[in-house]
Parts: sequence; structure tokens; C-alpha cells
Amino acid sequence: MARTMTGAEIVMKALQDQGVEHIFGYPGGAVLPIYDELFQQEKVKHILVRQEGGALHAAEGYARSTGKVGVALVTSGPGATNAVTGLTDALMDSIPLVCITGQVPTHLIGNDAFQECDTVGITRPCTKHNWLVKNVNDLARIIHEAFYIAKAGRPGPVVIDIPKDVQFATGNYVGPSNIAHKTYKPRVKPEPTAVRDAVDLIASAKRPVFYTGGGVVNSGPKASQLLREFVRLTGFPITSTLMGLGAYPASDRQWLGMLGMHGTYEANLAMHDCDVMINIGARFDDRITGRIDAFSPGSKKIHVDIDPSSINKNIRADIPIIGDCAYVLEEMLRVWKAKAPQIDKIALKSWWKEIDSWRARKSLAYTNSTEYIMPQYACQRLYELTKDRDTYITTEVGQHQMWAAQFINFEEPNRWMTSGGLGTMGYGLPAAIGVQLAHPKSLVIDVAGDASILMNIQECSTAVQYRLPVKVFILNNEYMGMVRQWQQLLHGNRLSESYTEALPDFVKLAEAYGWTGMRCDHPADLDDAIREMINTKGPVIFDCRVAKLANCFPMIPSGKAHNEMLLGENVSDEEVSKAIGKEGKVLV
Amino acid sequence: MINTNPQTHYAGPALRQEVETRTLSVLVDNEPGVLARVIGLFSGRGYNIDSLTVTETEHEKHLSRITVITRGTPAVLEQIKHQLERLVPVHRVRDLTFEGISLERELALVKVAGKGEKRIEAMRIAEIFRAQVVDTSLEHFVFEITGKPGKIDTFIGLMTELGLVEVSRTGIAAIGRGAAAM
Repeated sequence: MARTMTGAEIVMKALQDQGVEHIFGYPGGAVLPIYDELFQQEKVKHILVRQEGGALHAAEGYARSTGKVGVALVTSGPGATNAVTGLTDALMDSIPLVCITGQVPTHLIGNDAFQECDTVGITRPCTKHNWLVKNVNDLARIIHEAFYIAKAGRPGPVVIDIPKDVQFATGNYVGPSNIAHKTYKPRVKPEPTAVRDAVDLIASAKRPVFYTGGGVVNSGPKASQLLREFVRLTGFPITSTLMGLGAYPASDRQWLGMLGMHGTYEANLAMHDCDVMINIGARFDDRITGRIDAFSPGSKKIHVDIDPSSINKNIRADIPIIGDCAYVLEEMLRVWKAKAPQIDKIALKSWWKEIDSWRARKSLAYTNSTEYIMPQYACQRLYELTKDRDTYITTEVGQHQMWAAQFINFEEPNRWMTSGGLGTMGYGLPAAIGVQLAHPKSLVIDVAGDASILMNIQECSTAVQYRLPVKVFILNNEYMGMVRQWQQLLHGNRLSESYTEALPDFVKLAEAYGWTGMRCDHPADLDDAIREMINTKGPVIFDCRVAKLANCFPMIPSGKAHNEMLLGENVSDEEVSKAIGKEGKVLV
Repeated sequence: MINTNPQTHYAGPALRQEVETRTLSVLVDNEPGVLARVIGLFSGRGYNIDSLTVTETEHEKHLSRITVITRGTPAVLEQIKHQLERLVPVHRVRDLTFEGISLERELALVKVAGKGEKRIEAMRIAEIFRAQVVDTSLEHFVFEITGKPGKIDTFIGLMTELGLVEVSRTGIAAIGRGAAAM
């Protein structure tokens, strides 16, 4: 049944019909009609951020911690351009977002009108799809299509650009059930023969490893359950990318820790020396593979991915399987149980023995201090004191992010929100706000660096406005630590612009926003201070003063292979400065 | 440093493959921005376009057909196909070269100016190539020529000697042989 209403009414009705409860946004001239409709209803709650970039990251945190589509609403021109970083971030990390942007009236488009920009042009390469709605009668269909495209297949961000005159015009509304997309129908169920081949290969493995990624988390909680069942059934070791942490419990014996540039020794060596690699929902990113031509040279590779373009993009797959992780794992389990294959237990035992010898190297070990707080120690204590609570962790980007990934363990998916693909500094605080909104009773901590946190510090105001008790745990070393680490590795320790000479007093900054500010600079005081942070009712900035020159190890220097890792304990400054060769220097 | 291995941004020896030329036929919804999406994909991911033609082919269904001639190693060509298929308004992508010898035609308008013997020679060659004269004065011809791209290249090459002024080419339109549609 078509009903007539204004474009702005259609937007609100469509959001309500999509079950949207929260949207993150910032008003402006070109979205005023939508904000007026928002004012006159109660189903959709709007969260006013302090900069549009914050709205997008908050929507990402909300989406990633709930599995729902995150929604943002911004105005034309600068509103839309400020959204670009968040859209690109969501595209890289496959986060479902719908971003509605206002646009100047149709007759002014192309006239360089006030606050006009070519939003669909600018956001075309950083969205899954985008629309400029020129006819109000297309609006409802496009919004419902947008939600479908954001979450179907490999999830991602979409933009709907709505000129102001279309928001005022009257047109027909159609409900979500009347929408069927004519071209976009991604495959979710796997090819049965490919699954059977994969099961045969897995059963014949002597040195297998599971390598899983964000695709398992994106697929939903069922995929994680099935993964756990399958991995335990086989008894094989498992590692995961940064994006996939939590899909498999870190406390389990079969868990090797994260792999990749700052992954564990045992995870990377297992990848290098395996004979069968079972990639489920990961994309062979350059942070994982290191040097491509030396990547796991002796293995046959199974690659499960919902996106056909991920297959053979970086690494050739011997058995590609296109499909949603949950469907694929379900089918794999079914075939495995039906075949009940005999695995080579003796080979597996000696493979585990080898892995245990790598584990014994304790690659995450660091030299602790009684005088300074080591950043690794801070993350460890934060984990120990929060692990029995209902905790969600977000991060910014840099050394603190890698330490958090290494030392904070996750038992469940959707508990870890970080900017993996794009590496966006300033992601963590707004993301934590989105997470806290979705989980008001939980403990939400943004593990931050002193440089990153300043990139979206204005969102402290948002947390206060909506009574969101997020905790920001800053590992403060006064440096852009990861930049400094790379300058040490690559550029003769010339620390060009990576030292922040004028940091704010984070305690006073917190108080200025109406937060609680805390500072700790001694390891003996750390536990009590962390407890105090947790027990404080409102939002807290915790300025944790850590050792200034600590570096993040282990590390695969760029241009090197998995078996050429630098381990932290015994690496000299000399080795660090020579670790990356001429070829590696040009890489990021 | 120049990365001699386009397979990966990691320098050094990896699998080396020969560069091939392929003709892709892409059926898309004729909606605003669809061409920009396709072209943006090629430029954004560093793929080559040798020739590109696009126009609406089925008006009632709002369908357009884009013909792209592209170059790359087999691995890159496979990526191009998958990346195109990932675009929301794309219905189908067919690699016409991979599926057999496709029909490929192009049209060119070739302006030649000159007098005397060269002018007569230009006309004679145009007849051999079955090019039509579509505009003329006492000092110039505009020829319309259709055919395979190689034929047009040869014709233009000959005209260079005989007073070639300028050329406009449509780019290649291609279609698969046989009774079936893509």
C-alpha cells in the first residue's frame, strides 16, 4: 500500500521500518527537514556528536558490537566530506553502515552553491554503493535497498544523498517487504564439491593451521560457535587476524595468538611451516603475509570468503570457497562428521610439539620495570582487572593498539573494535561511545595513545550529554610511538615530528569536559588506579604514563617473511636499525 | 625504486606472468554514475583501459553495455572481472576473448587535407578500405571507416603520409558469436 508523505517523513518512516533505534549525526542547513521530522517522533533516538567524523566511527562501533547496521545522518558539503574517513574505514573493515547526507536543492546542484559538494562523486570509491535521490518517489525504495546492500554479502558502508527539495516534496512510501534487488545477490551458500575437497585436504593434513579473520565475526555469533566446534573436533592450531580476535577463545589451548606483523612467533611460524592452511574469512592482507613470495611456501591453501574478489587477489588459493562463513562451516562440519576421517594423529602430535617449542620462546615477553609502567604491563593489568566483567574494548591506532591486541584476550566475538584496514587514529573514542550506547550496562574501554586520542577528543562532550560512562585508557609516552618505532627502524632514529611537545594536561582536560581525570605513573599504583577507574560511575580519562621509548615486538619488518621475525627480548638497537633492507623501505 | 613485479607491491621475484589483452563486455543498469563507477574502479586500482565504449542498448530494461579492452596478467584480469562483478549496478561480466573469437568493430572519422597526387592517392586507398567520404572540399576529405581496429590502424597509418589532419574513433564495440546472448 503506497502512502503519500514528504521526503523527510519518508526517511523517518523508512528508518523506523528498518528497526533503527539509534542514529548518530550532526544537523545543518541541507538536512533541516529530516531533523524536523526526527524531533516529532520518538522511535528513533538521535545521538548528537561533535564532528561528523565522530558520527561515522560511533556508528561503526555500534554496528560491530551488535551486528546491526549503523546509521549516520550528516549535512551537505563539509558534513559529507567529514564523513569520508569513517566511510573508508567501514569499507576496509567491512562494517555495515547507512549514511544519509543532505544535499543542496536539485536546481542548485552543480552551481557551487553554499555547502555544496559532489557527495556521490567523492564517496563513490569509499562506499559499497551510493545514491543521489532526485525523485521523492524513489526515496523509500532506495533507503530499503541501502540497508539490504549494507548488510548483504560482504558488509560495507552506503551513502544516500538527498537534496533539500526532495526532503520537502511529497511522494509515495513503500515498505521494506516490497523491495527485491535486481542485481545484487551475493552467494552465501558454498559449492558442495569445494567443501568436500576442502574436508579431504584438511583430513590429510600433517601440519595444519586455521587462519581466521573478521569474516567470521561479521557472519554472526553462529559462525564463531561453528568455528569453535570444528577447530576442537580437528584438534588443529588456530590463529587469527586483528579483525578476527574473539571468534575463537584466547584461553583455549589450540589458540596461537594473533598473527601478522606484530603477531606471535608461534602463529607466524605455524603459518610459514604449515602444509595445509585453512583461511576462513580473512583476506591475506599485507600486514599478515609479509613478503608475498616467501609466504607459507609449502602449504596448500583453502580460502573461504564471501567476496569472490578476495580470492587469488594476493595469494593463490588451491581450494577457493565462496560463501558466508557460517554456511561454509556448517557444511564443512556436516561433511566432516559424515566422513569421520582418520587424521594423522602422530603427525599432528609432532606438529604440536614443534609449535610448543616456538611457544616456549615467549615472543610477547618484555623486560618489566619497578620504576616505570611498561605499556605491555599496563595492558596486561587492564586485562586482568577487567576480564571477569562484561567488557568491550576499542582502540585508536598505533603501538597501543598492537599491545592491546597482544595482551588483552578475548573469549567472545564482537568485543573488540579497532580500525584494522584503514588504521584511523581517532577511531577509538567515538567507537566506544557507539558501543556504550548499544550496551549501556557494560564496561567499555578505549585503549588509546596520547596522539590518537586528540584526533577526536571533542567527542568527550557527546559521552557527557548521553551519560555514557566510557573509559579512555591512554598509554601516554608523549610520542607517536609507532611512527617513532619506524623512524628508528628505517630512518637512523631521526625522530622527525613524532614527539608531541605540547600535550594537554589530560586530567584537567577530562575535568573541563565534565569527565573524571586520573593519572598514574608508577607500576605499584597501577592496579588500584585501574580499579578506581572501573568503579567510577561516569566517563574517565586515565592518563597512564608509560615508559617513553618502549617498542612493539615481535615484529616482522616490512619486506620480510614470517620466519624473519624480530623478537623483542634480545633484539639490539643495531639489529633494529638494520632490520629493513632497501626493498622494504618503500613499503608501508 | 621501480617495482618490477606488478603482482604485488612487495618488490622481488614472485610468479611472473605474461601480459594479455582481453575484451570484456559488461552489462549494467543504465543509472546515473554507472560509467564513473566502472572507470573509477580501473583508475583507483591501477588497471589499464585501452578502449572503452558505452551506450544504452535496451531502453525498456534500462540496460547499457560497456565494452572494455584491458591489459594485464591473468591474475590481474581475474581480479578485474571480480571487481567489476562486485559493483552493485553490474548484471554480468563476460570475457569475450577468453570465450573464443568475438566480433569486434570500430568506427573512425579521418580528416585528410591535401592537393594533387596525394589527394588522388588518398581517395584510391579509401576505396580499397571501403571508407566512405562524408565531407569534402577541394582541399580535404573526411572519411568514415568501419572495421576491425587493426584495419583502422592501417588506414590511419597510410593517411599519415597523405595529409592526415585529425582522427576521431568510437572505441571498440564487441559481441560474442552464436545465437545466445550474454
